[in-house]
This record gives sequence, structure tokens and C-alpha cells, in this order.
Amino acid sequence: MPTEVLMPALSPTMEKGNLAKWLKKEGDTVKSGDVIAEIETDKATMEVEAIDEGTLGKILVPEGTQDVAVNTPIAVILADGEDASAVSVPSPKAAAPVPTAPVEPSPVAVSAPATPAVVTSAVAAPPQPEVLPEPDVPEGTEFVNQTMREALRDAMAEEMRRDGDVFVMGEEVAEYQGAYKITQGLLQEFGARRVIDTPITEHGFAGVGVGAAMAGLKPIVEFMTFNFAMQAIDQIINSAAKTHYMSGGQIGCSIVFRGPNGAAARVAAQHSQDYSAWYSHIPGLKVVAPYTAADAKGLLKSAIRDPNPIIFLENEILYGHASPVPKLDDYTVPIGKAKIARPGKDVTLVAWSIGMNYALKAAEELSKLGIEAEVIDLRTIRPLDIETIIASVQKTGRCVTVEEGWPQSGVGSEIVAQLVEKAFDYLDAPVLRVTGKDVPMPYAANLEKLALPSVQDVIDAARAVTYR
Amino acid sequence: MVVAAKKSPVSKTVGKAAAPKAPAKAAAARSPARRSDKAAAVLDFSKDDELDAYRRMLEIRRFEEKAGQLYGMGLIGGFCHLYIGQEAVVVGMQAALKDGDQVITGYRDHGHMLACGMDPKGVMAELTGRRGGYSKGKGGSMHMFSIEKGFFGGHGIVGAQVSLGTGLAFADHYRGNGGVCLTYFGDGAANQGQVYESFNMAELWKLPVIYIIENNKYAMGTAVNRASAQTDFSKRGTSFNIPGEQVDGMDVRAVKAAGARAVEFARSGKGPYILEMLTYRYRGHSMSDPAKYRSKEEVQKMRTEHDPIEQVRNRLLEKKWATEDELKAIDAEIRDQMNAAADFASADPEPDASELYTDVLR
Repeated sequence: MPTEVLMPALSPTMEKGNLAKWLKKEGDTVKSGDVIAEIETDKATMEVEAIDEGTLGKILVPEGTQDVAVNTPIAVILADGEDASAVSVPSPKAAAPVPTAPVEPSPVAVSAPATPAVVTSAVAAPPQPEVLPEPDVPEGTEFVNQTMREALRDAMAEEMRRDGDVFVMGEEVAEYQGAYKITQGLLQEFGARRVIDTPITEHGFAGVGVGAAMAGLKPIVEFMTFNFAMQAIDQIINSAAKTHYMSGGQIGCSIVFRGPNGAAARVAAQHSQDYSAWYSHIPGLKVVAPYTAADAKGLLKSAIRDPNPIIFLENEILYGHASPVPKLDDYTVPIGKAKIARPGKDVTLVAWSIGMNYALKAAEELSKLGIEAEVIDLRTIRPLDIETIIASVQKTGRCVTVEEGWPQSGVGSEIVAQLVEKAFDYLDAPVLRVTGKDVPMPYAANLEKLALPSVQDVIDAARAVTYR
Repeated sequence: MVVAAKKSPVSKTVGKAAAPKAPAKAAAARSPARRSDKAAAVLDFSKDDELDAYRRMLEIRRFEEKAGQLYGMGLIGGFCHLYIGQEAVVVGMQAALKDGDQVITGYRDHGHMLACGMDPKGVMAELTGRRGGYSKGKGGSMHMFSIEKGFFGGHGIVGAQVSLGTGLAFADHYRGNGGVCLTYFGDGAANQGQVYESFNMAELWKLPVIYIIENNKYAMGTAVNRASAQTDFSKRGTSFNIPGEQVDGMDVRAVKAAGARAVEFARSGKGPYILEMLTYRYRGHSMSDPAKYRSKEEVQKMRTEHDPIEQVRNRLLEKKWATEDELKAIDAEIRDQMNAAADFASADPEPDASELYTDVLR
């Protein structure tokens, strides 16, 4: 039986990748463990190893092919006596073409199994719906499509060029180029003095960062994920957030804590928590959670310049998503301002970060039902731009909040409370919250899907509050 | 400590001053990084040195006594941790610093602030929660700062200041400004995990930080040997290759000598240094602590035999560098100063209500 070699997934969130290079050619003998090809994503380059012995009978996907969907057969290995001509060749399926940005080759080379046992399509993020162009950009500005990953890196690089007091520290940010490749190229440009690999020591390096900020430097502290920042939360809250107040305004703390927040895919309860509500509870912090690449860039630049401690919540699934970023020398987005991502008159949907995926998809579907939803992208969780929400609710009379975090004491709960206090007379229906389910994140694909909010949940809630 | 003391001509002073039950096994497995051989080297103090140390230690003592009094009168609220007994540590260490160096400590911080040169009025007014306090009355006893004097707090979370102080030293290193950071913490904080996370980074990056472990024998009510598997805190950096030494923290001369060595080491780019100060607090952990976990005799013995201020006073008198009257005059002057601070702290108005919402963000 000829064995198909499939395009492997390098991570639970990978949907497609590029076939960078074949290291074996047709007719070569391969042994188990031989590296036969290199594949790359915008995150990493990895080697594909053979796990079967035989002859490389046929290469199905030539090198240089971009956007090869995970699990596509890329080659066939023949056992002794088998003939390539006997192989029925399936046509390689390319994923939907998405503008890919140039990726620097990563020094990382990790072996990945050539034939993944698990089909990962169940965890694929929904295609990104159309987003309105960024407001407050001069007319005629050119836009370039960038992934959020590139936008974040550009924001850091621009600010590091601008201000010698800005530096980046965290686990794997320098030589590895970032666990999620957000700091790619920074070590090469700025050197080891300003791009600092830390030991695995969240509590300690968060405190070191805060101490450096108290001395007037402007650290960007990357947490590999915000789940790990729980080890450091004392320094973030007790030291970073409170010292300015406790010192009567003497000691500032200009620091950005950033990294992926919330559920990625199939990483279970300890690696899937959404901390939006946690940090939004704390006076003395600002909490930012962008959805588009442009906002990611503009808000991160603003965050680095801000004299206060900023929690900058990114999302792993959004890292690879591309959207237009204005081509400006110094593009910043103000912290604390929500934006109307889609205007509507019938119901207000409030979301941020990956919650916008559900909200915008739902708005499209609702439109087909004759319900025009206004979608607000909060962008900043604290300070909360309640004015923009109220202005929208004054128009629509109805509101649904969308978040992946848990329901109790969530950001949605706060929005509901403030609407009841400040806009009660404008409400024509109870405000509903669409949230993650009140359980630790399960691992199994079907349960994980159930634990997360869905587009249908948002549609159902919007129909309930509009009584349609 | 005890072992090291034998090698020194001043061994008697040093040996006696060692707090009760100084770990006798210190001599056993000593790492080459340790410098205990130097621990007993005590600087010869000139007349001016002695008089200066006497005055500075007495300022702290009188300030703390006054604070205890105001606490008893209900003028100071919350927690109030007095430094009485430990004065030689901060006074000796401060002598090793230059302008631009930094100091950070935990919640027992009044002595550190005065040693840094902060105004007793501003410190006392913060204790009473008044607008003229260093934090405008918003920080209290445990949370005061003075960038001007290089004092970075005043931190209420036990051990947090160790990472923060490492970060202050990181900033010195980043800027290449030749500064160092004195990072103080107690024998209790020494068991916090982030202390070792910080040790690791400080040595890895050769940060100019001096870790001063003020071992006053009790972490609140828990004696050192009930909380620490290794009670020789100078060895706590051994696995990170950080040199450490035990110092008689009741002898200001020993502290100053050790401080000078440690600061020179850190300032010259060799990385962090650990000084374990063997010291003793006479009062309870805080004002509300009756200190039932130790005997009155133990406290009394320390007070009569090892008091840091009495040691200096006795030397001044012995060497006829000062008369009883002259020392009394200094004391009277300091009492006046602290009375003035207390008066200010009692009369100064509370912060304006509008201050509630200021200083949350910049």
C-alpha cells in the first residue's frame, strides 16, 4: 500500500502553510526519521520527517507552493515493489488564498510528525468578515494588508527606534524570535541589550520589569500567554497598578504587559483563560484588546508611550489574520475609544478581540433576517468607553454583549450594569450576554466548541432582544 | 559569623553582638563564593564617624518611639512596624552609597527612609495620613517613596521588593550609569519564591544589586529555625554563585565595612552580593503584636548587651570623644526634632476629599 504523506499541522491553530523545500527527490530511498521537506507558516519553519520506510514515489505538491491546507497529501511513499504509476493522485487542495506576508526564515527547526493523526479542521477559525476601514485616517491614505503578528512587531520596532528607553523582555522573545513570532527580527535590529530573553520566571521578571519602569524605563513585558501571567499577577496589580496612587503620584510605571489571551485551540483549561474581566477590575491599569491589525498596531504604539501600566491582550487565533493597516509613518490609535465596526439600527452588539469574529458574522446573518445590528468594537476594556455604547443603545434600544470569558462578573456583566444605571429608559429589552460557558475549558474538540460562544448564540440573543 | 569572628582582633565585640544561636554549622560546607573570612573585618571609626552614626541611629530610634506613642494615641492607623533595635543596618549601609544609588525595602521602612535623608516630618505625616506626608496621606506606613532621595518604597507585599529592586538595578545596568540598588528584605521574605527568581536573573545578567537580608530572628511570630531549612541566609545565593556573608548587624562598623565591600563588588560590574545582617527587633512585629513567641529575657539581653546605639555611645565615652553632657545634648536636639515632626503630623490637615480620585493614573 503506498503511504500518503500529509501536510502536517505545526500547531493547533494552523490551517495552512507553505511547502518551502523538498529535501528528497522522487526515487530517493527514505527511512523513518529522514527529513524529507521543510514547511513554513508565518510563525515558524519546521522539518517534515518520514515515519514510513520506502521510496519517495511521487511529490504531489511542488516546493514553493503556498497556502497548502493541513492534511493535504503532499507526497507518496512506496513500499518495496510498489510502482508510482499505481498511485491515484489526488489534486492538492489549496486553502482560500489569503495575502501572505514575507516571512523571515526562523532559526527554529522542530520535527513535526509527517502524518498527523488528528484532523484539525474542527478548530479552524471562521473566515474573517469584512471590517470597516479604520476611522481617523486621512483620506487617500494607502492601506497594506498585514497580519496582526506583523502589525504588533512593527509597532514595537517603531517605538524602539523612537525611544531608547523602550525594551522587550520575556521568554523566547530574542533568539527564538518569539514563541508566537511576534518579536521576529527585533533581536537582529536592536541587539541583546534591548531584546532580552528571560528565564521561565514570570513572577520574577514581571517584578524586574516593574522595578525598571519605576526607575523610568519603558519595558514591554511579553508573557508567552496570559495564563502564565497569573504567576505574576501580584506584581502587576500590587506593584504596577497601585504604586502611583500609593506614592501620591511620585512613582510612575510606564510598562506594557502583552501576550496572547483567551482560548487558542485544543489547549484545555489551563491555557485557555480569558483575563479581560480580571484586569478590567483594577484601578490603575488600562486594558486593551484589539481585533484588527490596524488597531493592534496603533494601540500598541499608544500603549508603549502611555505613562501607565497597560495590559495588552492579544489573541493567538487572530495573530495570523490579515487586515488593512494604514501606511503612515506614525499611526496611533487612542486608548479608551471604542469604534463602530458596522453601523446598524436594530440592536447593538458589543465585542472586542476575537469576540468580534462572532459579532460580525452574526451581524451578517442577522442582516439577512432583516435585523440590522450595530457592532461596537470596544478595543479598550478599561477605561470602558461606555459613552459610545450608550449612544448606540439610545438608537437601537437593545444590546447584546459577546465575550469568550466566563459569565459571572464578566466584562459583559459590567456593561449590563452600566446600561441599567445610565441608559435604563432607552432599553426596550433586557441586555443579554453571550459568553463562554461557566466551565473550565475542555480539551475534546466537540466539548471545546460547546464551551465557547458561537455565532448562533449571538444570532439567538439578538433575535430574542428584538423579539424577531 | 561566630567562626569568622574568631579570626579578627575585634572578635569579641563581633562575637558577642551576634544574635543568639548564630548558626554554628556555618563553617561546614562553605562555598568558595562566600566571604565570611572578611565578615569580621570592622572598619576603624573616627570620632566623626562614631558621632555621625550615633546621631543617625538615635534619630531613627527616637522617631520610632514617637511613632509608637502616636499609634497608642490613635493618631496612626493600620499597621505600624517599628525598626527599633535594627538601626545599625540602614545607617551602616547608607554610608556605602553615592548620590543616584537606590534603596528599596519592605514594610518595616521608617528607618530606611530616615537613613536616606527623608524628612521626619513628611514620614510622620504620612503615618498619620495627612496631606503633608510623602504620599499625600495615601500610602501610609508601608508605602512611601522619594525619588529625590533614591528611596523606592516601602512595599507591603512580603518579598515583592526583591524583584522590584532587581529591576531598579536592571535600569542602572541598562543605562550604564554606575548606580547600585540596595534591596532590603527580612528572614521571612527570604523564603518567597520570587527572591530566587530574582537572584537567578541578577547573577545571570550581573546586575548591580546588593541583597540585604535583615535577619531579626522572627518572621512575624515564627522563629527562623521554624521556617527556614537553611538558617544561614548568606548561603541562600550559593546555587546562583552569588557571594554572601553574615554580618553583625548590631555593630554599625561591621555593617559599614561589609556594605562598602558589597557595593564596590556590585558597582564594578561583578553582579549581585548578599549580606545577611544578624540583627534584632525589640518591639513586636507590629504595634498589635505582644510578642509572646519569645521571652522577655531574650529581648532584655539583646537590649543590654548588644544595643547598636549603646555600643557607639560606650565607645565615644571610653575614648573620651564625647562627654555624657554632649551626648545628652544630641539626644535632646533629636527629641526636639521628632517632637516637631509629631506636632506637624498631628496638626497637618487630612488630604482634601478631591484627592480620592487623583493619582490613579498619570
